[in-house]
Amino acid sequence: MIVEAKSAAPPTEDERRLRAPWRSVEIAFWVLAAAAYLLLPHQLPLLAQAAIGGLFALSVDLLLGIAGVMSLGHAAFFGIGGYVAGLLAQSGWGEPLSGLVAAGLVAGGCGFLSSFLVLRGSDLTRLMVTLGISLLVMEAANRMTWLTGGSDGLQGIDVWPIFGVWEFDLYGRTAYVYALGVLFACFLLVRRVVHSPFGLTLRGIKGNPRRMSALGTPVGRRLVGVYTLAAALAGIAGALLTQTTQFVSLDVFGFDKSSEALLAVVLGGAGTLYGAIVGALMLMELETLLARITPEYWQFWIGIAFMAQALYARGGILGFTVRLWTRLRRGVAAPSRTAP
Amino acid sequence: MLTVLFDGIATGALLFLSSVGLSVTLGVMNFVNLAHGVFAMTGGYVAVVLLNRWGVPFLATLPAAFAASAGLGVVVERLFYRKLYDAGALEQVLFTTGLVFAAMAAAAFLMGSQHQIIQLPAFLAGQFHLFKGFDLGVYRLFLIVFCGCVALALQLVLSRTRFGSRLRAAVDNATVANALGINVGRLFAVTFAVGCGLAGLGAALGVEILNLDPSFPLKFLVYFLIVVAAGGTGTISGPLLASLVLGICDVAGKYYVPDIGAFIIYGVMVAMLIWRPHGLFGRRAVR
Amino acid sequence: MKTKFLLRAAVIAVTAVLSFSAAQAEDKPLRIGLVLPMTGPFEYLGRQVYAGVKLYMEQHGDWVAGRKIELLLRDDTGTAPETTKRYAQDLVTNDNAEVLAGFGLSPLAFAAAPVATQAKVPMVVMSAGASAISEKSPYIIRSGYTLVQYVAPLALWAAKNGVKNVYTLVTDYAPGHDAEAMFSKVFTDNGGTIAGSVRVPLKSPDYGPYAQRIKDANPGAVFAFVPGSEAPALMKQFQTRGLTEAGIKLICVGDVTDEDILDGLGDAAVGTITSLFYTPALAGVQGREKFTPENISFTNAFEKDNPGMRPDHMAVTGYDGMHLIYSVLEKTHGAAGGDAFVAAAKGMSWVSPRGPMSIDPETRDPIQDVYIRKVERIGGHLYNVDFDRIARVDNKGVPVAQAVGK
Repeated sequence: MIVEAKSAAPPTEDERRLRAPWRSVEIAFWVLAAAAYLLLPHQLPLLAQAAIGGLFALSVDLLLGIAGVMSLGHAAFFGIGGYVAGLLAQSGWGEPLSGLVAAGLVAGGCGFLSSFLVLRGSDLTRLMVTLGISLLVMEAANRMTWLTGGSDGLQGIDVWPIFGVWEFDLYGRTAYVYALGVLFACFLLVRRVVHSPFGLTLRGIKGNPRRMSALGTPVGRRLVGVYTLAAALAGIAGALLTQTTQFVSLDVFGFDKSSEALLAVVLGGAGTLYGAIVGALMLMELETLLARITPEYWQFWIGIAFMAQALYARGGILGFTVRLWTRLRRGVAAPSRTAP
Repeated sequence: MLTVLFDGIATGALLFLSSVGLSVTLGVMNFVNLAHGVFAMTGGYVAVVLLNRWGVPFLATLPAAFAASAGLGVVVERLFYRKLYDAGALEQVLFTTGLVFAAMAAAAFLMGSQHQIIQLPAFLAGQFHLFKGFDLGVYRLFLIVFCGCVALALQLVLSRTRFGSRLRAAVDNATVANALGINVGRLFAVTFAVGCGLAGLGAALGVEILNLDPSFPLKFLVYFLIVVAAGGTGTISGPLLASLVLGICDVAGKYYVPDIGAFIIYGVMVAMLIWRPHGLFGRRAVR
Repeated sequence: MKTKFLLRAAVIAVTAVLSFSAAQAEDKPLRIGLVLPMTGPFEYLGRQVYAGVKLYMEQHGDWVAGRKIELLLRDDTGTAPETTKRYAQDLVTNDNAEVLAGFGLSPLAFAAAPVATQAKVPMVVMSAGASAISEKSPYIIRSGYTLVQYVAPLALWAAKNGVKNVYTLVTDYAPGHDAEAMFSKVFTDNGGTIAGSVRVPLKSPDYGPYAQRIKDANPGAVFAFVPGSEAPALMKQFQTRGLTEAGIKLICVGDVTDEDILDGLGDAAVGTITSLFYTPALAGVQGREKFTPENISFTNAFEKDNPGMRPDHMAVTGYDGMHLIYSVLEKTHGAAGGDAFVAAAKGMSWVSPRGPMSIDPETRDPIQDVYIRKVERIGGHLYNVDFDRIARVDNKGVPVAQAVGK
């Protein structure tokens, strides 16, 4: 088994009970996110993209952290969503919310269809099939330059103001509120799903698919379901990116996008949902910060940071923080419970 | 037609050399080593530096490339990878991705971002013209023969030597092998180093045909993974055959249907994996 | 207690950010936001442009019309348009950049164009070459080129110099498609025929099969366009497959024999015909006195600043971009508002290291000379050597005099 993420071991019974009701930290997280609009007015374009990256990472976390399906090609759905929204807006229907819905539906549909190809074989096989499919989708999009604009991107995307009132502005205010709102709505959905019986079987499948199968869970159908949902969410994230930047090009299908989301999940802590969002934010902040300090060699330092985290702070930022937190509360000497 | 087949085999041979090591780390040791290309790149750069700056003859740079990559492999394995063997796959992904990033930036800093270019010795350049429509590139012929010898040697080591039988035992069941007194950890470390060395050798040989630049580890990762995934794990013949099939499909696709040439290698991979989810000769499929 | 802690952390974070931005907005220097790919697959391009920009500032100081010039470099890695756009946004809104410049590739320029429009900030596009870029914002001025600007003269030259039958090979991305379309059109319009065409993927590790296919088709010449970084691999395969021996001429877009990599291409490249808007006046080239003094002094200074690098056409676009910005500021007495900037820049003309050039007041694209060159080996090194020149070509690749005459 390749994916045996010890960092995100199935939660114990009491942890689960603790997670279902809203905890004060969670509320504080969203309040803080909303307050960022006032507190960090200069950072809004960055934060908007972090929210979009967070949504995309969230969809990857649903697959990877909850259901244990590793994918290196999730950008295929991100890109499909991005292009659906872009093409709609280009052809004269720039209403953003319906664009999102359309993108989610199309990407979800594609996810549903491709799930039958993907969800077979070992983890390595899945990794490669997802990767292969996303590369094929990218090639197909490149081939259809008449439709997608090829590598120069889609021109003339005109997105209407949200509800006909709020126009996308240069300071990224509307973009941030919009992206955060959508992220929050999708998060509510994912949170609901994860704590539903469906979500619990997914965690079970991640732990031991054979046992779940023996218990009578239709493993295949559950995985198709979660794959479809994750694809739809990725599509919505892609559509958000298109609408807020008013631009989309072939890069949205790239391997870089898939691996970035995967890294965000791992960086933040897999299987925790918040980890994906925090990871996406950290990744973007880290990149921006390092690129500012050393525009030519920032990749080196980001690489070192990843390596250090993998060695010394397992379980992602969230896992690490939780561990630190419990340790602080219990006194330094006490061993931490969540440590791998 | 024959030229295409011949070129495909040469490309496949290169792919095999570069990725056979990964099939060990990923397939046998269950370590998600996305940084395999880093070791390959090191060998490639060592060969280039020796050849272009110090005037070492081309053939003499090859063992050096092997040694450098294997050496780096040993160091990284001892210092870092072993700490991560029992960590989750995700930590391994994070670490090896970090290593790729850092190595790419370091390569750009040390060697510059441009492509490395080497001049082959005269006896390896040019083409044999056998008969109309069949030209053999001398260098590609050399590649095929060389890689064939390496594959044969690996097969012999695996099947005929004490080391080989121990390794096969460890691959089949590491716990039992360990209990029988085989030092599985050291065995894997040696295998890992050899795998890295072969990758370095592959990259050194590939400088002429592929492009060696700092983005090498990322650019060829996909190809390496394809070979491993399609070839299954634990054998020499699996990755070899997968490499050849992919090489031939790639070259033939580009030659005959250039409009969709880029699709083909991925299409073949996806088809192959859907048909045989555990690889062409996957051990798991046999069971 | 938890909430208290979080609140405190938030307050600290906010204070830090506010004090940071406050410190930034004290003086009124003129900030130029330079967005270039400094890492990733296109870093060679960013480095050349940046070296050109730095050289200009070094030669001309950082004071213009009473304002101190500050350069803010951002690396967009060349592959993520949304990053480019975000940096452009960030530079304009947070760093108070009054001029945006750089932009390595067309999709990146396209993504950033709306920022220029919305913020009414001039955007000097240095090295992106798609034709449509300047149409995307009224505040875009191009100091570089359009790709078709030098492809069309090359096709014309080929048709008029005994090349009858051409096989085209381009990289399968938008600039490649543009180059293929423009070459084929001009070449066939002038009596040539296209033997076949092939598009190679951007990430093609092996050009062997394509070279073989072309050889088997046996055309009179190959027209090739790949990014400079791919050129060595391409040339190698052309040589290995013996295309030259088979009598197939190689005609390339100038990017393929980029100065920075040319010397490494080996004998495969000798005899290749290319077109470009700039050839550096390198010391090794014979007849160096034929180059303009501007070119000679630029080349010398560049080589002194960047040992081991030859200046290429990207460097000169950065250099000229800075010249454009400096000249406009002098004309407007330091005002850099979008409308004033563009008005001042339109029709501006100067003598660049590349030769005389001007900004077309209609299109805001440059009008410049295009050179037809041949790769020669001189004293152990390879050089692009000019042997023909098409004067004053507009952004469609048509000489201006001719366009007016029509």
